[in-house]
Amino acid sequence: MTRPGMKTATLIVLIVLIAAAPLVFSGTYHYRVATLVFINAIAVTGLVVLIGYAGQVSLGHAGFFGIGAYACAIGATHFGVPPLACIAIGAVLSGAIAYAVGRPILRLKGYYLAVATLGFGILVAMALTNEAQWTGGPDGMIVPSINPRGWFALAGLKVKTAVAWYWLAGTVMIVGAWIALNLKDSTSGRALRALHDSEIAARVAGVDVTGAKLQAFVISAVYASVAGSLFALFNQFITPDAADFLHSIELVTMTVLGGAGMVLGGIVGAALLTILPQALTVFQDYESVALGVIMIAVMIFLGRGLVPSLANALRRRPA
Amino acid sequence: MKKLALAALAATAVLATPAAAEIKIGSTLAVTGPASFLGDPEKKTLEMLVKETNANGGVNGEKIELVVYDDGADPNKARTFATRLLEEDEVVAVIGGTSTGATMAMVPLFEQAEVPFISLAGAVAIIDPVKEWVFKTPHTDRMACQKIFEHMKGEGITKIGMISGTGGFGQSMRQQCLDVVGDYGIEVVADETYGPKDSDMTPQLTNIKNTDGIQAVVNPGFGQGPAIVTRNYRQVGLDVPLYQSHGVASKSFIELAGDAANGVRLPAAALLVADKLPDDDPQKPVVTAYKTAYEDATGEPVSTFGGHAYDAYHMLIDAIERAGSADPAAIRDELEKTSGFMGTAGLVTMSPEDHLGLDLTAFRMLEIKDGDWTLIEE
Amino acid sequence: MAELLQFLFSGLTVGAVYALVALGFTVIYNASGVVNFAQGEFVMYGGMITVFTYDAGMPLWFAAASAVAITCLIGIVLNRLAIEPARGASVVSLIIITIGASIVLRGIAQIVFDKQIHRFPAFSGDTPLLVGGATVLPQSLWVLGGAAAIFAALYVFMTRTMTGKSILATANNRLAAQLVGVNVKVVMLLSFALSAAIGAIAGVLVTPITLTNAGIGVGIALKGFAAAVLGGMGNPAGALVGGLLLGLIEALTAGYLSSSYKDAAAFVVILLVLFFMPGGLFAARTVERV
Repeated sequence: MTRPGMKTATLIVLIVLIAAAPLVFSGTYHYRVATLVFINAIAVTGLVVLIGYAGQVSLGHAGFFGIGAYACAIGATHFGVPPLACIAIGAVLSGAIAYAVGRPILRLKGYYLAVATLGFGILVAMALTNEAQWTGGPDGMIVPSINPRGWFALAGLKVKTAVAWYWLAGTVMIVGAWIALNLKDSTSGRALRALHDSEIAARVAGVDVTGAKLQAFVISAVYASVAGSLFALFNQFITPDAADFLHSIELVTMTVLGGAGMVLGGIVGAALLTILPQALTVFQDYESVALGVIMIAVMIFLGRGLVPSLANALRRRPA
Repeated sequence: MKKLALAALAATAVLATPAAAEIKIGSTLAVTGPASFLGDPEKKTLEMLVKETNANGGVNGEKIELVVYDDGADPNKARTFATRLLEEDEVVAVIGGTSTGATMAMVPLFEQAEVPFISLAGAVAIIDPVKEWVFKTPHTDRMACQKIFEHMKGEGITKIGMISGTGGFGQSMRQQCLDVVGDYGIEVVADETYGPKDSDMTPQLTNIKNTDGIQAVVNPGFGQGPAIVTRNYRQVGLDVPLYQSHGVASKSFIELAGDAANGVRLPAAALLVADKLPDDDPQKPVVTAYKTAYEDATGEPVSTFGGHAYDAYHMLIDAIERAGSADPAAIRDELEKTSGFMGTAGLVTMSPEDHLGLDLTAFRMLEIKDGDWTLIEE
Repeated sequence: MAELLQFLFSGLTVGAVYALVALGFTVIYNASGVVNFAQGEFVMYGGMITVFTYDAGMPLWFAAASAVAITCLIGIVLNRLAIEPARGASVVSLIIITIGASIVLRGIAQIVFDKQIHRFPAFSGDTPLLVGGATVLPQSLWVLGGAAAIFAALYVFMTRTMTGKSILATANNRLAAQLVGVNVKVVMLLSFALSAAIGAIAGVLVTPITLTNAGIGVGIALKGFAAAVLGGMGNPAGALVGGLLLGLIEALTAGYLSSSYKDAAAFVVILLVLFFMPGGLFAARTVERV
């Protein structure tokens, strides 16, 4: 299949899945979980750009998620910013911060980069926890929210709030995936992938390595921030856990589990790790053990992630 | 229309298994995670009580079914589980929300769905301002501060130091204490904090020790923090009285802090001193009965946290009984009319303006002596 | 002065634990290139197994020894089941695998033991010693002495024994080591057992001071990892210096600046060090392979 064909195929698969999923839903609880899948998938798509395209690890992206989330929470509560505008404010803020810290951080490699990004994320989480007069502290704060039901009503449709959010988050996710897919084939996308394969070779071939890395870092920060803003608006409640180290790890795990090299892989990973804990609650005490075993097993047996490994297996089979 | 039919189909599939005559009560608790020592006894208490109710023929002739989820004290998980309880399990009332964060995250959902919710978390913000569908059983952090300061005032203490955990409980209680401390003519002259995972607080305590005129120290916090603070407190040689919060009101605190715990004062529910209460104390029969039942059922020592669940469950069952139906709105109305209920936390009388219904007398001032709780004579 | 001394004692005790955890990271990293995020779980198992064996009526020394032995086994099983099968996986994949392992180990501890906080008695009582106006717990001396002994023993083992030298050789050049007859599989196994033992000993030493429960692993691993990178990944001396430095920064910040931001101070210092010394304080002399 040619590359543009691949792109279209990915988008069609996503659109069909989003459109068809409600057929099996039996209540707003399902819509809620699905919306969480989409929101996580947006952040993960950003990480696909960073990890999958550019080959850089970040253990601190929840920091940007947190900045986006609190931009909406603090903006609306303390400064009367309209709920939708806060998404843009958060994105600009995250992008700017990523640009500023990205320069020194991205010179680092491997585990050093991991610790530096981790440190950045922890600093954000700590500020959110300690500055209680702004953020409500560790118990979190309520987020004045939007209700996308109104937009559906304008179009003459009556839906529940959760359903409206489902379509809204789903649409944003599709747009995010579309941008990331286009990025892959653009000049800078090719530069990034050259960088992924061998940084030195890319440098020799005249790729602006530092610039390309920084670009990927900023883009992924904006994705995480938008996801965070949407999460805050959807959840109507936010705590510093959103920026926590464990959340960063969760986002990276989603990305890698599904397959960091592919947009579709990241989205599948997000779906898996959002739905799995819900499904595993029946195991009670064994829930976390089961989750850990699944993580290990996928990485051992499907080293490149679920989607790329499965796609490979299918391709090898004669049609 | 087609979707409706599908939804109906799915709903009947779920409802097909259990018998129709069952009242479903939901709960989401921090059974694992940092607040598990609160959530774990809460869960065990609820399970024990449900078994007991059903063995006695249920309520209004209907059996109780309990659905418990583990939110690990994560507010976002709690919120998802709350949705699940409302939408999928279709419960008539919810007990729990172990932590304040989890509780506050769920409140809007229950308000919107109009399902009564009894929180087991501490912060005063849960019931102040009053929310129509939200109740709670534990004493508030503000009350703990008031009780402590009242006692200090009686001892002639006017200058104190504070060392607070930066977890939700510690931060909230610190703020409440700072808000009310002025009413008692007491001044906070040293104000230190520590993180929930910290393992050494001697630097902060050294600073408190070196502050002039300190007459007592208050430590809002729960988990391992207060136990380490207490040990470090003795280590650096602080000899003024140490006041802990109701967050340490479990036997494990004494075990963890060891000899250092002796002399520590704290406000707590009567449950901790069940066997030491005078026989004419009206709370004695209630707390002794729960203590015996819990310890027999689980083999673990009773804590006040399980007591919060005990109170919540009994108030809820009483309300369902009085309402004569399992209709959420009817249950809510009866919950609000709870009056003269004697629980492990004290005498509860609720009203439309008060969804807690406890006053300061419900708190007892305790001191740890020889590794055991003792009542301080008032 | 007494104040400063008190802060230093606090910082060194906490720092010694970070150093031991960082050392655990270093040992496995050198043998296999893997950063084992389940390192904190070794510390947790060291403490928890001792607690439960001791509570079952065994003498403390026996409880501690069995905790170290069992944790060693856990390390070996971890290597066999999760690390060996993933040979050649990318850095990110290995991070996910070891994090998955830490989730599994924590979950098992919650099932086998419980979710409560525990401790066992200090080795030499709880009466603080007075040093220059500051107080220090006898157990802190055990921690410091224990850490010093482990670092010294490891140094001797690595430089004086054949097995130790083969581990060092593998760390330097895996292929070359294989060519001269070093069994890389055995080296991997040894390094996991050794690292687990170091973690478990740290857990045994420190639990009377810091208390323990099934969930402490993540936090400890995080600090130990940061300390290892601060010192320079793969360098035992770096692990020692990085760990102690981290502990001291935390204690001094808590004492002189703000206790709310002491963890922040630690990470700000780490970021600054990495900005100016991208390989950590004791950067390894390696050339990036193309």
